Amino acid sequence: MRGIGKSFPGVRALSDVTLTLEAGEVLALVGENGAGKSTLMKILAGAQRADAGTILVDGKEARIESPRDAELLGIGMIYQEFNLVPQLTAIDNIVLGNEPTRGGLIDEATARARAKAVVEELGMDLPLDARPAHLSVGAQQLIEIAKALSRKARIIVMDEPTAALTDREIDALFGIIAKLKAGGAGIIYISHRMEELPKIADRVTVLRDGTAIETRPTAQFPPNEIIRAMVGRPLDAHFPELPAVAADAPAMLQVEHLLRAPAVNDVSFTVRSGEIVGLAGLVGAGRSEIVRAIAGADRVQSGVVRVGGEAIALRGPRDAIDAGIAFITEDRKGQGLVLGMSVRENISLAHLAQFLNREHLIDEKRETQTADKMIGDLSIRTPSPEQLVRNLSGGNQQKVVLAKWLLGKARVFLFDEPTRGIDVAAKAEIYALMLNLLKNGAAIVMVSSELPEVLGMSHRILAIRGGRIVREFARAEATPDAVIAAATGAA
Amino acid sequence: MTAILKNVWLRNALLALIVIVLMAIVNTAAHGAFLQPGNIVQVLRQITYNCILGVGQTFVIITAGIDLSIGSLVSLTGVVMALVANSLHIGGLPLLIVTLLAGLAVGAAAGWVNAVPVVKLNLPPFITTFAMLEVTLGLSYIISGGRPVAVTSNAFEGVGFGSFLGNVTHALHLPSIPMPVIWMIVVIVVASVLLNRTRFGRYVFALGGNEEAARLAGVNVGRVKTLVYVISGMCAAVVGFLYMALFSSGSPQTGTGDELLEAIAAVVVGGTSLMGGQGSIVGTFFGALLIGLLYNAMNLIHVDSYLQKVVLGVVILLAVVLDELRKRYLAKA
Repeated sequence: MRGIGKSFPGVRALSDVTLTLEAGEVLALVGENGAGKSTLMKILAGAQRADAGTILVDGKEARIESPRDAELLGIGMIYQEFNLVPQLTAIDNIVLGNEPTRGGLIDEATARARAKAVVEELGMDLPLDARPAHLSVGAQQLIEIAKALSRKARIIVMDEPTAALTDREIDALFGIIAKLKAGGAGIIYISHRMEELPKIADRVTVLRDGTAIETRPTAQFPPNEIIRAMVGRPLDAHFPELPAVAADAPAMLQVEHLLRAPAVNDVSFTVRSGEIVGLAGLVGAGRSEIVRAIAGADRVQSGVVRVGGEAIALRGPRDAIDAGIAFITEDRKGQGLVLGMSVRENISLAHLAQFLNREHLIDEKRETQTADKMIGDLSIRTPSPEQLVRNLSGGNQQKVVLAKWLLGKARVFLFDEPTRGIDVAAKAEIYALMLNLLKNGAAIVMVSSELPEVLGMSHRILAIRGGRIVREFARAEATPDAVIAAATGAA
Repeated sequence: MTAILKNVWLRNALLALIVIVLMAIVNTAAHGAFLQPGNIVQVLRQITYNCILGVGQTFVIITAGIDLSIGSLVSLTGVVMALVANSLHIGGLPLLIVTLLAGLAVGAAAGWVNAVPVVKLNLPPFITTFAMLEVTLGLSYIISGGRPVAVTSNAFEGVGFGSFLGNVTHALHLPSIPMPVIWMIVVIVVASVLLNRTRFGRYVFALGGNEEAARLAGVNVGRVKTLVYVISGMCAAVVGFLYMALFSSGSPQTGTGDELLEAIAAVVVGGTSLMGGQGSIVGTFFGALLIGLLYNAMNLIHVDSYLQKVVLGVVILLAVVLDELRKRYLAKA
């Protein structure tokens, strides 16, 4: 890709970006959210068109004006949000749009053979007749990869492929990437996880503010220098220092014998004012389900949740909100935000009662003032409070979710994957916000799949497996090995 | 061109200019009859009923639902109100109010029944309101015995074909404004405030945009959904009331023609998305007005009535296509 440029209304997304991908190599593409990675890849995949620049495939200039053009050139894109049809089987998904036919009818046998060939070639463990709805995220991703390969893709783009995978699935994925490489495919690998890069990438390209800042072989590009190139300034220690919990801090959140079979089994724990408790465990261990139950998002069969000592009703989210519980969901776009609404409307959504005037109408002026204040306080990067949330980057969307909950009188904050898919600088800002909450006496429960985050940002860590708390660690005794051992049942 | 399309005011000005030019052309072709104030008022009167139905439908469609029962509800509420009016031994304003309240109660109840399976079982509203269409129509024929129920009191004449501040408009040599048009304006104003300025209205948009996010934000999703169908049912009752007043009778056949489809057409032409999450009451009014003007213009220049249907269909499609193209253009630019 040579001299690629692209502008959106008010934003210059890419300017003069040049990128080379060799056959048989993995090129990691890193950068903060909003740096232009996704836009660049969408241009390559034909989902968007560049304003300037050219794309060459095998040395020949290529016109990519639609996803179909990209496909014919052997470019396969695996988006972070998968594009699978949940109701179709793995086979049907793999051949979707390319169904082999015989006499106008779909030739099931050939379809199966074709899917099977791809899956076996890479040694994937994938049940071909299962439907995505019943498969893990890792397996769904395998379907996406198989789909791309069945179309003879030689250039494969993976957008944060490991964001939602368990460690085992990540190992399997890396194995498959290695085989693809050996087969001569070129892979562009977008990731926020620094620790993965040495394991998987041959070269690393850093994008910042729509420009390619630097490209180096991975071996000569240590993580701290990558981060510096990404943010344009050196970043100190990853995690801020957690203030100690006061000796006389009262119990703020008490969870007693919470039960919602099969995902939540007799869970009891306490979080004190000024304390962060991290829930560690594998995907599917029941961590999210525990916080969802506390937040009233899912009905529980039995159990008691107390906030500030008082038992609360658990009939629905409204009860939890009224009791002072804020739930920052794992899936921003699916559960946290109304993407077609403005920043202002999203921020006030859970606390509209605060903005009613005497006639019980919404006072938009006051709403705007509050939104403006939140935008300033949390440094949300948006041209105005009227901007649709859809148009913000991941980190800024997450801040809007936070702003929504900061409006209330919440004393208990449940963070489910608070920094998934957001860049390093925004992460640091989210952590700082969490500390601020602690200072004001809040209690925080944090679920995270990133072990360093759990270890670095929790006073205590609860290892979860099979919907139960299998072990509790004080901060000092929580080593990565010990926590993983507890979470996987190895200890 | 991009600048024009992006600037809301310029865009509306451009649109208004196009409309004015078109109207001038039609007006010339109709030898000046089209732009007569009397003719414009006539169009407003004609669109009143579909516009009010469209206003109720707008709430439902913004939540990504649909209410197919409105036409039959016009029929049922009209018949019920005629029977109620005949059974009461009061007159004047009290009779008017009691009758209207009875109709609104029936409309609200039907809306509530529409919503229950949608809320409790997550059934598609297309099916539940379709069933309600048949049920209410059948009930309407049963209780009326299949014949129009003539209203004995003359208390409703003022509503049906009276005019608003008639002596004032007469003194000013303006065309008289029919009462139903005033009803339409009141419904539009109340509905606009409800949708744009209240918590309920905000929740309607949130629900249509992302139901799960709204639920987790503490929105009582079931209640909001129920209310939109209740509002739609009540709008149908208002139309039933106006028709009953106009014809001095409640007929089971009233409202069972093109009303349902033209109400939905007004909503869609007015820019409300069938996918939910966006739309406006004012848009629905202009949608209804556009359709009304179109019919009127075609009548004045003697377009064949069968051809009128074809033109209407094309206009509906065109409106949606143009809106979509505009959105894409803006998203790209």
